[in-house]
Amino acid sequence: MGFSETRQNGVVVVRADGQLIVGNRHELKDLVARRLAAADRRFVIDFANTGYIDSSGLGALVTMSKQVREHGGELRIAGLNDDLRALFELTKLDTLFTISDTAEQALAAF
Amino acid sequence: MTSLRLCIRRAPVQEPDGPATAVTLRLPSDVDCIEEAVALLTYHCTTGARTSERLRFRLQVVLAEAIANAILRGNCEDAGKCVEVRAILVPTEVRLHVTDEGPGFDPATVPDPDTPMRLQEAHGRGLFLIRHLSDAVTFTPRGNSICITLRRQ
Repeated sequence: MGFSETRQNGVVVVRADGQLIVGNRHELKDLVARRLAAADRRFVIDFANTGYIDSSGLGALVTMSKQVREHGGELRIAGLNDDLRALFELTKLDTLFTISDTAEQALAAF
Repeated sequence: MTSLRLCIRRAPVQEPDGPATAVTLRLPSDVDCIEEAVALLTYHCTTGARTSERLRFRLQVVLAEAIANAILRGNCEDAGKCVEVRAILVPTEVRLHVTDEGPGFDPATVPDPDTPMRLQEAHGRGLFLIRHLSDAVTFTPRGNSICITLRRQ
């Protein structure tokens, strides 16, 4: 499990390799906080290689999204499998995030 | 993920509705164990049985949630306390019992997180996810053990 970041057209794309859960959510939060401090404002979190996300992971996404918005930016979600997309709908978090099928689509829509 | 060499046991047991397999895992109160524990338990709960991707996903999420609740809320991450997960496997369903060593809690006091006021809260979705991804959820009277039933079909 880990997170890797790239910068494309002024957007930070963070790829999650594995699950986003209580044990590693701070790693992702720290990464986004570092990029915010470096004046990055647009983020895509790509979950194409993620099997599941727990409630702490969902909570971390909510917190990060709030922080990014407070800095005038936006954090978008991409690459959710069908079960993860259903999880976002179940928790109504699909109303908080712009969700794209792929990171490329999320980038193109920014 | 921490490599902890978690030890899992499988044994035949007799349930009221017939013969079953019991899978048992004890893990320390360390959130770094959760991913490995979930992977091990999911493997043992699904091996040898026809399993849909949907059931695998539900198993992973409810196990992760129940174990995290036990470690964080039940045992308060006390290194001297353990969490026990016991899965009873029958042909039609998986019954998960997750027990901590804490004082227990009253599940009726936990509010739903999907109201507009709570939507932007960072916490409070764990039990909600368990209830919505399971077919049945019960607690012991003390409130330190949750039983989650997932039907295989």
